[in-house]
Amino acid sequence: MTTSAPPAIERTGLPAEQLIINMGPQHPSTHGVLRLILTLEGEVIVGIDPDIGYLHRGMEKMAENRTYAQYLPYTDRFDYLASLNSNLAYCLAVERLAGIEAPERAQYIRVILAELGRVASHLIWLATFGNDVGATTVFLYGLRERELVVDLFEMALGARLTYSGMRIGGMPYDLPDGFADAARRAIAQIRPRLDENDRLLTGNRIFQARTKGVGVISREEAIAWALSGPTLRGSDAAIDVRREDPYCIYDRLEFEVPSFPEGDCLARYLVRIEEMRQSLRIVEQCLDQMPAGPVRAKIPRVFKPPAGEAYGRTEAPRGDLSIFVVSDGSERPCRLRVRAPSFANLQALGAMARGHKIGDIVAILGSIDIVLGEIDR
Amino acid sequence: MPPTSPSALYLFLHGLWQRFGLPESVWLVLWAVIVAAVILAFVLLTVLILVWVERKVAADIQSRLGPARVGTRFGLLQTAADAFKLLLKEDIIPACADKPLFVVAPFVVFVPAFLAYLVIPFGDRLIAQDLDLGVLYVVAVSALPALGFLMAGWGSNNKYSVIGGMRAVAQLMTYEIPLGLALLAVVVSVGSLSTVDIVEHQRRVWHIASPPLLIAFIVYFICALAEVNRIPFDLPEAEAELVAGYHTEYSGMRWAIFFMGEYGYLFFVCAFGVTLFLGGWHGPFLPPVLWFLIKTYALILVSMWIRWTFPRLRIDQIMRFGWKVLVPVALVNLVWAGFWFVR
Repeated sequence: MTTSAPPAIERTGLPAEQLIINMGPQHPSTHGVLRLILTLEGEVIVGIDPDIGYLHRGMEKMAENRTYAQYLPYTDRFDYLASLNSNLAYCLAVERLAGIEAPERAQYIRVILAELGRVASHLIWLATFGNDVGATTVFLYGLRERELVVDLFEMALGARLTYSGMRIGGMPYDLPDGFADAARRAIAQIRPRLDENDRLLTGNRIFQARTKGVGVISREEAIAWALSGPTLRGSDAAIDVRREDPYCIYDRLEFEVPSFPEGDCLARYLVRIEEMRQSLRIVEQCLDQMPAGPVRAKIPRVFKPPAGEAYGRTEAPRGDLSIFVVSDGSERPCRLRVRAPSFANLQALGAMARGHKIGDIVAILGSIDIVLGEIDR
Repeated sequence: MPPTSPSALYLFLHGLWQRFGLPESVWLVLWAVIVAAVILAFVLLTVLILVWVERKVAADIQSRLGPARVGTRFGLLQTAADAFKLLLKEDIIPACADKPLFVVAPFVVFVPAFLAYLVIPFGDRLIAQDLDLGVLYVVAVSALPALGFLMAGWGSNNKYSVIGGMRAVAQLMTYEIPLGLALLAVVVSVGSLSTVDIVEHQRRVWHIASPPLLIAFIVYFICALAEVNRIPFDLPEAEAELVAGYHTEYSGMRWAIFFMGEYGYLFFVCAFGVTLFLGGWHGPFLPPVLWFLIKTYALILVSMWIRWTFPRLRIDQIMRFGWKVLVPVALVNLVWAGFWFVR
């Protein structure tokens, strides 16, 4: 991924050197333990080499030593900002493997939680992205709004970060009484605050100057890099797993897949802001449509899916999060593989950042919205 | 040097000294030391207050509480406690740092901020030294911190620090020019470089009331924000990019001296703006010193408001804005001011 340009000495005749900077793994804006080896000419980036693996825990290998049910809490730690979405991808894969269908009510609850998870995750992204471009107040606002969503999760699941909120075959328990009202109240609070954020940040001249035309990636390039999620939809490609390959009950819901043609940081920003609005809309529809009934399918105490393989594909906040499970008929997976959206999206960093300035790399990295827990696993 | 128009306090103390028949030369030195000590105490106190105000303002804008434990529920003693903590911290000098540069740099940043207070008239005849070249003196002194930033950046032997130091110098040099041009517009209207004369000139109408000086004030305030490295101009220490810029390697009291320089300078640029454009200590009913502080703190609050609302610019955007917008505007405005005041 390193790009090379002729050294400055050839162009100017003055003695000059390229400066190699080690950005990370401990750095305020690499969002975790990412290491970027930057080659600079003055402030301009001529080479960028992401180095990952500082958070590698061997998650895929661990699956081979855990029963299917035991592995669920590990999925929380893929994308720890949206652990419910990882839970969902894993449950879908295993259910498909065993030929189980979660009850309808459970499917609705899953979609509600997944969409709220998307909102919570995007709010964290908004907070950190604001911080990356120097708008420190947005950081606090994003976390303040996320609190409303996390309170809902605490009410429904009893946890605030790693929820382990789903089970193979459905949900561990039904939603508590009053959840629908609480959710509607929270949504009514979050909506105007998203508009408030629009007024504070989106139209700001400085913010536009920092994001417009920065980190541009074309539609063709984005698809060629296998980007997904908002990072892809910022490049004029309205591709969304929820639309293309519907799971749970997404085919019954009305929502738009926002997409912007510019392919720059601002487009990716706008996609995520609009997605939050759409997610809130989905949650409201689910609350209206949700039928009564059981929330968990009957699963044998010793759960041994038949030998075979299955692929659970979901649209997580960061893109196409898919889990591939292979069973040999025992109670433990034979092989488990995670297709992490952040991993694919991070690869395009070099293509996006080439020729930009140090200040831009931070904005671009922020607009890709990576989570290292998912990249390294 | 004795003040040109001595205050009652000076006359009283000087009279006392003469009554005991003590030598005049010692008095001159002693008076200089007293003035320096008073200014230093004022700067340190101001920094303590400003840090507390900044925390509270930021907290309010960000809908949180801010300091609320140490010293009543308003956290009044929080900054004092922090300063005490910083004093006790280990003094770390990186092994490969250029030691003399590293050690001296914070003072090169702080001392000019402190020196600049010399020519600020806090009230009627309440000025440390009314220099004939007051405005020029300020311009000269305020160019010095750039040297300190560069020393810190280079001396730390850290790449982030070097970039931060280079940015600081580029930015300060760029914004020094429109700043000087904005000040010249005032000088054109007053016909004197002395800060006392400038304040006296505003006895009836503030300078900001005349259109060329209003523009000069806006240019001055933008440049002032850039000079004190605050968002949207906090490039030299842009946390998201450069960790902490030129003071990445500093900790404990050395870091605190940078901090003191920054806040001391923030108060100074606002106080100087008040002196030049907002009527200085003039105002009805209240005592002059109070008026002066009220106006200065109002300007400071505006700068804090900006800091906690705006994102950060990029280095090339900052340079472009400085050279292609502020310098031409300030130049044209200066010419206009010339015609306006000569009429």
